[in-house]
Amino acid sequence: MYSFNYSKPDTIEAAREMMRSAEDGIYLAGGQTLIPAMKQRLSAPTDVIDLSSIGELTDIDVSDGRVRLGALVKHADVAGSDAVRSAIPALADLAAGIGDAQVRNRGTIGGSVANNDPAADYPAALLGLGASVHTDQRQIPADDFFVGLFETALEEGEIITQVAFPVPDRAAYAKFPNPASRYATVGVFIGVRDGVTRVAVTGAAPCAFRSAEIEAALNAEISARSLDGITIGADDLNNDIHASAEYRAHLVTVMAKRAVTALPK
Amino acid sequence: MSIDITLTVNGREINTEVSPETTLVQLLREHLLLTGTHVGCDTSQCGACTVHLDGRAVKSCTVLAVQADGSEVTTIEGIAVAGGLHPMQAAFHQCHGLQCGFCTAGMIMSAIDLVTREDDLDEATIRKGLAGNICRCTGYHNIVKAVQMAAGQMEGRGHE
Repeated sequence: MYSFNYSKPDTIEAAREMMRSAEDGIYLAGGQTLIPAMKQRLSAPTDVIDLSSIGELTDIDVSDGRVRLGALVKHADVAGSDAVRSAIPALADLAAGIGDAQVRNRGTIGGSVANNDPAADYPAALLGLGASVHTDQRQIPADDFFVGLFETALEEGEIITQVAFPVPDRAAYAKFPNPASRYATVGVFIGVRDGVTRVAVTGAAPCAFRSAEIEAALNAEISARSLDGITIGADDLNNDIHASAEYRAHLVTVMAKRAVTALPK
Repeated sequence: MSIDITLTVNGREINTEVSPETTLVQLLREHLLLTGTHVGCDTSQCGACTVHLDGRAVKSCTVLAVQADGSEVTTIEGIAVAGGLHPMQAAFHQCHGLQCGFCTAGMIMSAIDLVTREDDLDEATIRKGLAGNICRCTGYHNIVKAVQMAAGQMEGRGHE
């Protein structure tokens, strides 16, 4: 790997200061995307600012109808948390299906969300549950956070501190994983809360999105049958060696049906 | 830039200086000459470089050595019990859970973490648990058998 400067600040303020003084800085969380990207020189920062010593970012708190995950909470910790599993089993299951065991032991929710990979799992959960992203500056609703391909609403130097999920009445996630990477070829997260159904799709398009058509159908009746006849347009969907846009469009309704079927009664 | 780090590797305290771009596997293999840990793909896919970092299986090609500062690292060289093999090593031997052997160190380190964490290890759970380790000989059947055998023998299972 090429050379870079490394620092490990203890506080958010110190991290921001280091980012301000860096020529081209980047924050390091679990590093499961950043380090491979740096090896391939897809990312070539001058300064890597490691957030792992900021203790307040690793808390898991389940109370007052919310699951609050610190930005540095690892996927394995979400998957293995009894508190998370009893509040939002679909979220624990989603975390248990990210990448592989070694990746889950290092990768963090804050890193995943900040990276906004089009095939990442967490963006679907944030959108499907109506979560909010807390930063050192503000709170950003998930609906406003995921802006485009690897692009988020985060400003330069802004640090995610926590992701807060309102506990739904019911939720489920169904994903068609790429068999090699376990990234979502298409994944659909459905969250039902106070009679309102949210449907979020990842893997299909350049950025995770909510499907208005599927939400409308499920808000009329929550059943796999109510999705019969719904077709998703392939025009803006991803088309690559793993799956054509048309195939992904088809998978969206298939995964949505599977998620509906998997909703707890 | 060079950074002073202190970590424990296989029970031995190591104090050394590394450049930030040094990966944990480079530190292990090239600085400490612990070459039992292999580098297969160097792109975080194959799992040959799997070691335990504070008790959890990680891909050491995708961890910077500086990130391991203050941590405890266990490699394949650090798991054998006095006078014999670790039960997982013995099971791989007995079940012929390897062909060329390149992936074996990583498989064993992942499998030990899996058996320590999971109570109910059926074949599907083992295969899912080892998804981050690729065997280029495709010798998965005997690897799964070995993990099942070792799971029955390892103490301190299901601590969570």
